[in-house]
Amino acid sequence: MTYLLLFWEFFKTGLFAVGGGMATIPFLYEMSDKFPHWFSHKDLANMIAVSESTPGPIGVNMATYVGFLTGGDLGTVAYSILGAVISTLGLVTPSIIVILIVTAILKSFKNNKYVKSAFYGLRPASTGLIASAGLSVLFANMFLDDKISLSAFNYKGLILAVILWIFTNIVKKTKGWHPIIFIGISAVVGMIFSM
Amino acid sequence: MKELFDLFFTFAKVGVMTFGGGYAMLPILQREVVDNKKWATEEELVDYFAIGQCTPGVIAVNTATFVGNSKKGVLGGIVATLGVVFPSLIIISLLAGVIEAFSHLEIVQHAFGGVRICVCVLIINAVVKLFKKSVLDVKTLIIFILITLGSTFTPLSPIIFILLSAICGIALTIKGGKA
Repeated sequence: MTYLLLFWEFFKTGLFAVGGGMATIPFLYEMSDKFPHWFSHKDLANMIAVSESTPGPIGVNMATYVGFLTGGDLGTVAYSILGAVISTLGLVTPSIIVILIVTAILKSFKNNKYVKSAFYGLRPASTGLIASAGLSVLFANMFLDDKISLSAFNYKGLILAVILWIFTNIVKKTKGWHPIIFIGISAVVGMIFSM
Repeated sequence: MKELFDLFFTFAKVGVMTFGGGYAMLPILQREVVDNKKWATEEELVDYFAIGQCTPGVIAVNTATFVGNSKKGVLGGIVATLGVVFPSLIIISLLAGVIEAFSHLEIVQHAFGGVRICVCVLIINAVVKLFKKSVLDVKTLIIFILITLGSTFTPLSPIIFILLSAICGIALTIKGGKA
């Protein structure tokens, strides 16, 4: 039953996530709200980090990760791997179906005015969804233990965030570095400063 | 049969070499699909990639399905897609297993405490980049703001927002006579 649910949830994600791997985040966020025993918001941030730092498309990596964790609740490693396979297949099935349909009408699809104008609205919306999920992830990480109070405020995290932002946006020399480098540095900083 | 194997392994190779988002994949696809295998011309690949971006789903998967399908029909599309996700399945399953096994250690938790902050910054950077590409005028800015607020403060599913915004996009441009 869990496997069916996993497939269905990722099928929906694959069908409605528009605009690449990051666009799956809002769907995963909703999934975590709907099925808190599958994975927490904290797990989600860890998954994004692992998916960014390993080979493979981010969206696929995250689907695999969620499936692995969820399957793992059912029993041994075999259940985990089956979960990973099922959620990944769920994610790619809509792609296969949609692309096969589009191929049949390829020439008219790309220049179709309805497709073009739908995407005029879809692109900012997809950005908005990611922004909203990003805000939630940021909020969850700025207050430890899910408490909103001055004592729970993650000031070390805020300092690291500001420094990372400067190095990924302002400093010319480090701006173009691959995310994996910043993720690695952050892991070391986290260990040193007990974050 | 040999061609199907070839599709699978070529796209598995593309999957291994893609680090990060779909955009990182284009130069690798150019080398493998256009230069090495000659399965598509440069122009065709750019077309596939463009359509991969404007159809739902992961861009890398969409492009793989496209190339596979044009080469060996429906079965080719499926095999190429399975190829591109295959490395992720193996690598993530291994890593997730290792991380789960060590996640109770305090030092690992601290490391992930730092990593999660980095993820926040990476998402902010991604949003800024996408914002510049997708918010083109006042109308798209309003859509962006409404969806951000709606998604943050209502429990509605992202699916509803996606459907609404597609309808908005059509209504706004077709009626405005721009498209």
